Amino acid sequence: MTNQSRAKPYMNPYLAGTLLGIILFLAFFITGSGLGASGGLNRLLVYVQNIVAPEHIDQVPYLLKMAGGSSNPLESWIVFLTVGTIFGGFISGLFGRRVKIETNKGPQISNTTRWIMAFIGGGLMGYGARLARGCTSGQALSGGAVLSVGSWLFMFAVFAGAYAFAYFLRRFWN
Amino acid sequence: MTIFPLPLTELLGQYGSYFIYLLVGVAFGVALETAGFGNSKKLAAQFYFKDLTVFKVMFTAIIVAMTLIFLSSAVGLLDYNLIWVPPTYLWPGIVGGLVMGVGFIVGGFCPGTSLVGMATGKIDGFFFVAGVLFGIFMFGETVSSFAVFFESSYMGRFTLPEYFGLSYGIVVLLIVVMALMMFWGAEIVERVMGGESAQKAPRWGVPAAVALVALAAVSLVIGQPQTADRWKNIEAEKTAQLDGREVQIAPAELLSLSGDVKVKTVLLDVREERYYNQFHIQGATRLPEDEIVDNARDFIFEPANTVFVVMSNDETSATEAWKALKAESVPNVYILEGGVNNWIRTYAGEEFVQNNLIRNHENDYPAWRFDAATGSRHPAAEPNPHAFEIEFEPKVKLELKRAPSSGGCG
Repeated sequence: MTNQSRAKPYMNPYLAGTLLGIILFLAFFITGSGLGASGGLNRLLVYVQNIVAPEHIDQVPYLLKMAGGSSNPLESWIVFLTVGTIFGGFISGLFGRRVKIETNKGPQISNTTRWIMAFIGGGLMGYGARLARGCTSGQALSGGAVLSVGSWLFMFAVFAGAYAFAYFLRRFWN
Repeated sequence: MTIFPLPLTELLGQYGSYFIYLLVGVAFGVALETAGFGNSKKLAAQFYFKDLTVFKVMFTAIIVAMTLIFLSSAVGLLDYNLIWVPPTYLWPGIVGGLVMGVGFIVGGFCPGTSLVGMATGKIDGFFFVAGVLFGIFMFGETVSSFAVFFESSYMGRFTLPEYFGLSYGIVVLLIVVMALMMFWGAEIVERVMGGESAQKAPRWGVPAAVALVALAAVSLVIGQPQTADRWKNIEAEKTAQLDGREVQIAPAELLSLSGDVKVKTVLLDVREERYYNQFHIQGATRLPEDEIVDNARDFIFEPANTVFVVMSNDETSATEAWKALKAESVPNVYILEGGVNNWIRTYAGEEFVQNNLIRNHENDYPAWRFDAATGSRHPAAEPNPHAFEIEFEPKVKLELKRAPSSGGCG
């Protein structure tokens, strides 16, 4: 869309954090639930599974909760939140002239390697997020702000896992 | 009554409430993108100590949101009990977190940020989202094989102040101060490791930090509302309900509720253990007085069709328990009319009632004598509803649930 060289710089991290904090507060203040992302993706996926293989849904209790019988997996607040997040990211990118088809990667690897790594990392994230019952937004950010013990331990585990593996993957990012 | 969080579905209808969530999502997306979280290189740099934006944004957001949440709760604007606190499943959370940490450094995003990356044209973001969907799919397919682990180490709504035995105000203030000290450390690390990419801390940083500490201190001084304070807010309305006998349900109504598959009835017996052991209604759980508040926070998140019925020997301590539960925002709580004594009078049969009566029993003490601890083995503990056709005035009306039934990642 626009040239990367004219892209506006990102907001100061503390200012962006304050903005995000106020949004998180308002989400709790108005709706009672915090923010999240992986739950919305989960339901979008189950929606597709329900079209492709409805009889399979009925055999897996975990899926049944979302799409059993006549219940529509898209009828959930988290789906709307997720769709909103995509919109919001796009709008902000447009205003900041940061919407650009590109691949961000370390200088030593090819685009294809980066894409494969992104897919594998995403797979681990998706699996881990369902196991932990929430992702960085739903558990760490939202649960952290309301002082859930599990959410704080989860947050430390995420940072621990990432720092522990960062050394072995340095070639991919630096 | 505390106004926030708003009962969105009641106010705006199902789709109206979805619209609000859509707006919240848009704001969330804007905040993530503008912080630079659509860029995987910037995210990954966190783990090479070059650019600590992830840490700074996340912890600033947490301490700002946390301070505002507990301040608005302290001044009585927000009901913390009605807020979704992710329940703690200790080990699944930790293992899931480790897996996600590895996924973070391999893939360069987390689920929320990858959406923003994808939305701004990042191809790696698109592949990451595809990976997340695949991972979620695999989880759905495999979770049955380790269902026991997935449900293990469940600790319910469990908060740091409860864990440390400190007040909410103290914990909030400590976290704010610790985060601010870590920001100071992060600036030093960036200057050493990052070189030219390091950003300067903004000029308003120190005043803003002071303001945040001050707000946290104010909420510490005010303190979080206790059950007694919460009761004062609703006293007028609820006392009228008690005096009007709107919430005392007849034994016959309780018996009919227990047989109703559409309603989940939770029987809470607040009597001393020895009376409970002598006799209690089938399915009743003993709820000691000092555990009411702790349990209330879990009761709030029971399904919307749950009805709680509290009982004592007569009504006095059941009424106190009812007040505490209502003050803690538990919906659909009722009192067994005339207590367990009245239940026995109704269902124990003529012979038992005649022979075992304790004359002039003191208020809220047993009116019937039991020779042994019969528990729920006494015939009156589980009367056959068809043997007793008793008319009653139905009083149970299911309230709309105000607390979210899910949160975080739904």
